[in-house]
Amino acid sequence: MELILLFISFVIVNNFVLSQFLGVCPFLGVSKKIDAAFSMGLAVTFVMSITAVASWAVNNFVLKRFGLEILEYVVFILVIASLVQLVEMFVKKVSPPLYRALGIYLPLITTNCAILGLALLISLKEYNFLQGLVMGIGGGIGFTLALVLMAGIREELEAADIPEPMKGAGITLIIAGIMALGFSGFAGLIK
Amino acid sequence: MKKGTPVYEFSKGIWKDNPILVQLLGMCPTLAVTSTVINGVAMALAASFVLIMSSLIISSLRKIIPSSVRIASFIVIIATFVTLVDSFLKAYFYDISKSLGPFIPLIIVNCIILGRQEAFASKNTVKMSVLDAFGMGAGFFLSLLVLSSVREIFGFGTWFGIQVMPDFFKPWTIMIMAPGAFFTLGIMLGVYGIFKMKKSKGV
Repeated sequence: MELILLFISFVIVNNFVLSQFLGVCPFLGVSKKIDAAFSMGLAVTFVMSITAVASWAVNNFVLKRFGLEILEYVVFILVIASLVQLVEMFVKKVSPPLYRALGIYLPLITTNCAILGLALLISLKEYNFLQGLVMGIGGGIGFTLALVLMAGIREELEAADIPEPMKGAGITLIIAGIMALGFSGFAGLIK
Repeated sequence: MKKGTPVYEFSKGIWKDNPILVQLLGMCPTLAVTSTVINGVAMALAASFVLIMSSLIISSLRKIIPSSVRIASFIVIIATFVTLVDSFLKAYFYDISKSLGPFIPLIIVNCIILGRQEAFASKNTVKMSVLDAFGMGAGFFLSLLVLSSVREIFGFGTWFGIQVMPDFFKPWTIMIMAPGAFFTLGIMLGVYGIFKMKKSKGV
């Protein structure tokens, strides 16, 4: 029960993009088309779930055990970079169509702050293994949700009459603000 | 101003190629920590320090780092400086470090820093790279200063913690929450767009 609540909290209430500002760059960059947004969301969800497990393991079995917490940041980012590389090689070998669909989005994930943020939050909040995994999956799905919703709105926006200076990023940010406002309406759902 | 002169490399980051308003890089810390001016300024200074130091090191090592592992090398160099900044803040400014939370370590994946290394420092001389880093840092600092000032003045009625709004002013709580951050930055981009349009029509 507690895990289900945690899951819902990271999909909706503590949405990574709209309430914690993690992964805003791809949120603004890759939200022009729904298909691209969905592929990106899938790739991120996948990497986030693995990162949650890997960073938890490295943190508890290596860093804490040998008292190397000061190296946390360097180690986490290296773990993420190598994971992304591994996932890329694996997907390329196993499923070429999926690899083509994810294409350039995979390498970009390394610098997505949602991933590093996830690893850091798990270590900061001292989550156990299951909580970390749920946070990874929930956060990834929440990210996909926000991205796909935004892409849907932006596809419609092409037909709208927007004042010249606001075109592009300006109006996208205003829409993101309205979405964040909507999502904050769920805030009372989980205490 | 001609491209390639030291003055140009420094000043382009402040207005013409402003990392926030034009390149739209480093959005996460920009939006997340700017609910008060002091946090925004601290974040800008921390990120600028990391940017300048990494540019210095990477541009001096640019002939040694093999291009196939350059991204990984950049990230390790950046992460080292971020660890330094983080320990420094924890030791001397504990309150700020606490309120910035995970956003100090997240400087590692701030695209401004990695972007400048990839686009500039790995191809240019040490002097130019440091100037470029100073310019980009200044542009980042100014954008964050404006954004956090607007949010703090309307959200709390204060600026750097000093009361600036009259007593009857009721703080707009929305400005310190997530939607306020998006709205303010969106409007800032719009204002920047108006300036740019006027300029391009005038020329």
